[in-house]
Amino acid sequence: MDSALIPKGVKRCPTWQFALWIGAAGAVLLWGVFAMLLCWFKGLNQTNMNDSYGFALWIWADLAVIALGGGAFFTGFLRYIVGKDELKNIINYAVLIGFICYSSALLILAIDIGQPLRGWFIFWHANVHSMLTEVAFCLTCYFVVLTIEYVPLILENRQIDKVPFFHRLGHNMHEIMAVFAATGAFLSFFHQGSLGGVPGVLFGRPFAYREGIFIWPWTFFLYTWSAAACGPCFTILVTWITEKITKKKLVKQNVIELLAKISGWMIGTYIIAKIIDTLYWAKVTAPAAGFNLMDFYSNNPFYGIWILILEIVICGVVPALILITEKGRKNPVTLMTGIILAVLGACVNRWVMVLQVMAVPVLTFESWAMYYPSWQEVATTILPVAYGVILISLSYRYLPVFPQEQELNPEA
Amino acid sequence: MFPFCFEWIWDMSHMVFMGGLWYALTIIGLGMTYCIGKAFYDTYMDKGKDDHNH
Repeated sequence: MDSALIPKGVKRCPTWQFALWIGAAGAVLLWGVFAMLLCWFKGLNQTNMNDSYGFALWIWADLAVIALGGGAFFTGFLRYIVGKDELKNIINYAVLIGFICYSSALLILAIDIGQPLRGWFIFWHANVHSMLTEVAFCLTCYFVVLTIEYVPLILENRQIDKVPFFHRLGHNMHEIMAVFAATGAFLSFFHQGSLGGVPGVLFGRPFAYREGIFIWPWTFFLYTWSAAACGPCFTILVTWITEKITKKKLVKQNVIELLAKISGWMIGTYIIAKIIDTLYWAKVTAPAAGFNLMDFYSNNPFYGIWILILEIVICGVVPALILITEKGRKNPVTLMTGIILAVLGACVNRWVMVLQVMAVPVLTFESWAMYYPSWQEVATTILPVAYGVILISLSYRYLPVFPQEQELNPEA
Repeated sequence: MFPFCFEWIWDMSHMVFMGGLWYALTIIGLGMTYCIGKAFYDTYMDKGKDDHNH
């Protein structure tokens, strides 16, 4: 029925099967939309946020998808600025994943601000002393850049490409994509950093507070670094999941291994910096505020020292060692283990820097503030996943996302 | 926010923040204007129909 829209030389599942798949994801999407409408019409009393948790599950999800969506800017930087030509075979998918991540982040923020009709206030009545203002500026601009990077792919659809104007527009956009990629890398550096700067400047929260350079705490640089390191791993992970679902090889192994190798070195250098930062914080910064390391990891039902070991050793040192070594990258099992651990590491880091920060007691008469999200918060956090599944499915079916697909699957 | 708005103050923070925003938007805007304008021109002149994307 829709065969005229499907790229030439590739095989796709029957329309009924595709419709069932989209229907299943659509049902989850509707559940999330219902919860979103509840939050908009009834207010933030639909959440379990309170005076202790002004930031909660949504902000963690926001920071996590932004970090994981960092694969788009870093892969674009490597492809267009550094000149790693092999990455042209995965850049489309990295851009698509980045587009989904950033649009999801903006959607979550639109729910989180409670009054989305006043969302434009941050641009017009900007608080120029706030790192979050910089985040809002860069996030929005970078989403525009990602849209510009995604549009040429849409224009390559078989039917759209027949329209002479769209064909030329797509070609022109490809021609100057390096300008957009450089702008995207610039914007990403600052908004990823400022997201890290937000906890780092909270001098009233000794768990998060860090020293730094000029106005930037060390967390500013660590966030940018970790996003550049773990973002490409998320691109590889989603590619792997797509390959498993479609039962096809979509990207050549040398491309995956190149991206994994670069990620491995980025994670390795990041985790060294993170360990130094943690040691300095544990030995100097926190004691100066009257806290010992174990004050942050004891006397509560959830946040034990295990979470620090999980973040730094299991999801930091281990994936770095796996991805740096050729043996680790060549073995599919260890490769995917390293990739999954790296993705998990970024998520744990953001969880700790958003939610554990809120949980830790600061004053002597306070106790740990634990938090459990409401179903509305969970549903609206799952909403972007369903949205992502739908957009990836539509893009995979109708757009030439993977340039090597035809070559790798000649029987199709 | 523009410099002619009543909230505007001529200080470093406003110039860096708002200047950075308008700088980025200008690059994006000029880039897209070039792409769209050239596409219109090429279509009108019937040029570049055999160009392949890469």
